[in-house]
Amino acid sequence: MRSRIKLGPVELKNPVMTASGTFGSGEEYSEFVDLNRLGAVVTKGVSNIPWRGNATPRIAETHGGMLNAIGLQNPGIDAFIEKDIPFLRRYDTKIIVNVCGKTLEDYLEVVEKLADQPVDLLEINISCPNVKEGGIAFGQRPTGVFDVTQAVKKIAKQPIIMKLSPNVTDITEVARAAEAGGADVLSLINTLTGMKIDIHKREFALANKTGGLSGPAIKPVALRMVYQTANAVSIPIIGMGGIAIPEDAVEFILAGATGVSVGTANFYNPYATIEVLEGIEQYMKEYDFPDMESMIGFVRKH
Amino acid sequence: MIESTKEARPVKKAARVVSQEKIAEDIYSMWIKTDVARRAMPGQFISVFANDGSKLLPRPISLCEIFHEADILRIVYRVTAANTGTELFSRLKAGEAIEIMGPLGNGFDLSEKNKLRQVRKVLIIGGGIGVPPMLQLAKEFNHILDKHQIQLLMGYRDEVFLMSDFKDFGSLYIATENGSLGTVGTVMDAIDEFDLSADMIYACGPVRMLRAIKGYAKKNRCTCYLSLEEKMACGVGACLACICRSKEIDPHSNLRQKRICKDGPVFLSTEVEI
Repeated sequence: MRSRIKLGPVELKNPVMTASGTFGSGEEYSEFVDLNRLGAVVTKGVSNIPWRGNATPRIAETHGGMLNAIGLQNPGIDAFIEKDIPFLRRYDTKIIVNVCGKTLEDYLEVVEKLADQPVDLLEINISCPNVKEGGIAFGQRPTGVFDVTQAVKKIAKQPIIMKLSPNVTDITEVARAAEAGGADVLSLINTLTGMKIDIHKREFALANKTGGLSGPAIKPVALRMVYQTANAVSIPIIGMGGIAIPEDAVEFILAGATGVSVGTANFYNPYATIEVLEGIEQYMKEYDFPDMESMIGFVRKH
Repeated sequence: MIESTKEARPVKKAARVVSQEKIAEDIYSMWIKTDVARRAMPGQFISVFANDGSKLLPRPISLCEIFHEADILRIVYRVTAANTGTELFSRLKAGEAIEIMGPLGNGFDLSEKNKLRQVRKVLIIGGGIGVPPMLQLAKEFNHILDKHQIQLLMGYRDEVFLMSDFKDFGSLYIATENGSLGTVGTVMDAIDEFDLSADMIYACGPVRMLRAIKGYAKKNRCTCYLSLEEKMACGVGACLACICRSKEIDPHSNLRQKRICKDGPVFLSTEVEI
């Protein structure tokens, strides 16, 4: 298995994951793809209590991408533990639970409840642009990132991934803060804040007015930020942002990402994760990479 | 025979345009050759993809007619504006490929035939671009009830379409807001004018119309199914873009919210707040 990777102490059979919020907890897409083939399933964000999310319309298409302002609707950690984790445990794939909150206490409550659960890693979402309190407020200041990371790391029983926002002046500052706070892994990028106006209705396309931009349109920005971050920290990075085809994923890996997540592409190609996986393996054969280690960050080292 | 929806997993695949015609201003009718038709039910929809990297998300379009044996689906849709995905679809010619995913959604449940045969009168209501999905429903009701028990009520802003398709499947009533044909006004005005009554109602159309029908059904104590619409991304229940309010806590969301694409688009009028 030449495509095996390690995220901190956890070994994944391959680098392909799902981006949080684009794959539910796997059930809907299990009708299209074999979840056993994925390196990991990253679940939709889960909070301490059920969150209703934002008003509709919650999405709008943009050139080569989309805006979303779902607002992290989720059933709450108790329902999640009862249904989503047992569902995912039936498959031979790693489970990464995305954790969201409005206050530090919210995050810690979820992390504590997950302590004795059979999940492999936690991804701490400090970067959702669609929730006013918490989240993004922590993610945009290095001190905030450091504090949340340290507090979560202290009580988490699983290794933690800090998910970073691209809506900052210098991504390497927040990345270093997360590493200093004890993060095992970083994931980036979350969506870029954007807007669309419906000129025929003469109103905002999203009820929330602004939303997070995702899809192929953001890939060059994401790739640049992954590259910069890989140069700034020594912990593994999960790269994401517009990955839709194998070539996209290969770019991220060559730039320094250890893992890659397919997000928005799932919405318009439910087979995207498997196509990306097969394409990466094909590329490794074609260019004689014996393992992922030799390929990760290749353009930085040569 | 149609499989149950649970067995009928949706697929995404290339299909072929059999033919396409413009049937009213901005309204197009397209026949598509695809084996997705084998498993499709009235009230379900397909995601239609534009072959254009700038327009990535699928357009959810309701099924107007289903020919299970011939592997043909008919969709009737509105071109929403210039430079849109629907405008691209409208330019497709016979023989050209089109990417679709389906069948999606729950559809109108007609599986309990014996129960449905007890219905005295059914009222099938469509409004605007909510008219097309009612055609397959009207057709299938002709295998359950006598024609005189089936009332079809279609409302339009101005130009009417699909009238000749509907007329063989029941008593057809028309309402137009500009008064060009039938009752002047809305479908509710037509219900008043012709004193229409029913013990079963099915409706698809703009939310204001559905709200009025929900109220009418409650007042007259009839069972009423509504097909809802909302902007969606995935079409399969993952992205949570297309939610509606529900009366009870939904088992999936653990909230008073349901997914229109997956839990719907068809809901009992009493289970949703619109």
